[in-house]
Amino acid sequence: MPRLVSHPDEVKIVSRRFGMGAANIDRYIELGGYAAAKKCLEQGPDWVINEMKTSNLRGRGGAGFPAGMKWSFVPKQSAKPKYVLVNGDESEPGTCKDHLIFLHDPHAVIEGTIIAGLAIGAKLGFIYLRGEYRYLIEIVEKAVADAYLKGYLGKNIFGTETEFQIITQTGAGAYEVGEESALMESLEGKRGVPRIKPPFPAVVGLYGGPTVINNAETIATVPHVIDMGGEAYAAVGSARNGGTRLFGVSGHVERPGVYELPMGYNLKKIVYEVAGGVRGGRKLKAVVPGGSSTPVLLPEEIETLGMDFDQVGKAGSMLGSGGVVVIDDQTCMVEFALRTISFYQHESCGWCIPCREGTDWLKKSLTRFHAGFGEAKDIDNIQYLAENMLGRTFCPLGDAAAMPTIAFVKKFRKEFEDHLNGKPCPYAKHTEMAVI
Amino acid sequence: MSPNSETMSIFSPRLAARLDALVQKYPVKRSALIPMLLYAQDEIGYLSDAVIAAVADRIGITELEVRNVATYYSMLRFKPAGKFNIQVCTNISCMLRGAYDLYERFQDELGIGHKGVTSDGVFSLEEVECIGACCWAPAIQVNYDFLDELNPDSVPEILSKYRSAAKSAGEASHA
Repeated sequence: MPRLVSHPDEVKIVSRRFGMGAANIDRYIELGGYAAAKKCLEQGPDWVINEMKTSNLRGRGGAGFPAGMKWSFVPKQSAKPKYVLVNGDESEPGTCKDHLIFLHDPHAVIEGTIIAGLAIGAKLGFIYLRGEYRYLIEIVEKAVADAYLKGYLGKNIFGTETEFQIITQTGAGAYEVGEESALMESLEGKRGVPRIKPPFPAVVGLYGGPTVINNAETIATVPHVIDMGGEAYAAVGSARNGGTRLFGVSGHVERPGVYELPMGYNLKKIVYEVAGGVRGGRKLKAVVPGGSSTPVLLPEEIETLGMDFDQVGKAGSMLGSGGVVVIDDQTCMVEFALRTISFYQHESCGWCIPCREGTDWLKKSLTRFHAGFGEAKDIDNIQYLAENMLGRTFCPLGDAAAMPTIAFVKKFRKEFEDHLNGKPCPYAKHTEMAVI
Repeated sequence: MSPNSETMSIFSPRLAARLDALVQKYPVKRSALIPMLLYAQDEIGYLSDAVIAAVADRIGITELEVRNVATYYSMLRFKPAGKFNIQVCTNISCMLRGAYDLYERFQDELGIGHKGVTSDGVFSLEEVECIGACCWAPAIQVNYDFLDELNPDSVPEILSKYRSAAKSAGEASHA
């Protein structure tokens, strides 16, 4: 069972009901649940979108697009039905926050979906969870069934003339499906390959209808934005970055876990104070700030870094999914790069050649390198190859593989050089894995 | 006679009812495809030719279309796994906390490697990508169960627990 952690610096908004039995609908209502949805029904879509825009809530999946703005792009009139699609295909290595939301607060996701539906004028929402999360899918399905029994979902929600239905969907194992257009393909019963954009989902999405796609954390935050008011929510975070974020701290720290901290909270404090510092009193070598696709940061780069989309972007990385992976000084960065790229090679859907071939070559080069068979020119080749993948694919998976690779080479060139001329890896005991 | 009657027999009545409900559930029938394949696999153990034919028939698409989709998803398989499929995550967060030592211990104890099945059919082993348990690493899944914060010494206990579960299930089915 995933362990819950806490720290005095936390500001619990999304995680407010964690560990309080809120998967039970009566308990959720007792804790203030479904009041936000009722309020939105009274106030109407324009008011909801306005609150959302004021809140500065930005997409928690990784791109950081303002949620209120995204909702406002959906045309008011549409010949085809509109849809809300909740992305719970949480698969970015280092990320496990949605896991806790589905486990502890599934009704927040349902309530957020209802509110999104009201805002854009949709009658049907989908909550898509990765297939591995079967026990969580069962929790969400039960919660959806309970919401129907209460009349919060159905033809006349909360006794009004408004209709809203929710369907829970399971994936079957594919990182790529976390990309929004591939997610729609998968939900339509197809291979999860991306669609070219434009048209954007807000105009032509699921089954060809206008579709709003939000990450599960974003959606679970929506009822809190309504409860608190957009302005109060925005005030919790930093400039243009409203509210809090669930940061999943993993790797070499004393107290790994999911911590909810205000946007803009200092990364060094996350590592050393919130998560208790580097395990076993070792030294910090590097931090991956927002899931495996975000470029690695050096200890000196996290000193004053505030964790919001803009500040991390300015530091040359990305806030991504908020998965902070902490790496100590006993770790081989070539092996770490190899394991990262092996993932992207495995998950590339093969649709775009630069990603399909690029990830494969990167894996081959890094494998050879880690095994001690690399040549000096390979270091530049790895970088050159990664640079040429950037921006040349339908979806961001190619970039997700290329960006961290470029940073590994640039920031840890010395470690690559230490592997040259048949020298054994100075760190890893698992050199044999590299010979695969 | 319904067009499904020929293939219906391969599923239990409970699963057949569930699949019937699934094709009705979505605005477009084909959206049921991936859940149907996964739930069928849960019962049958893998996507046999008969399962693929039955699912294609229920949705009204060709078997080729079903295979085209099924081969994309890593959880779907075309040959049997063990009764308990042990999936060890070795991705970065788990790797940093000793996932490869854990994986090696499973290999040693079971005498099988990646995608191997033990001769008694009780266990299979798989090295998998991130399972979304990074903060509780290293973590594994045994079928759909999550087991987290493990170390190599947890392995014998895990195996014996599932071995006795397999044994009592076997005895129940012979009773």
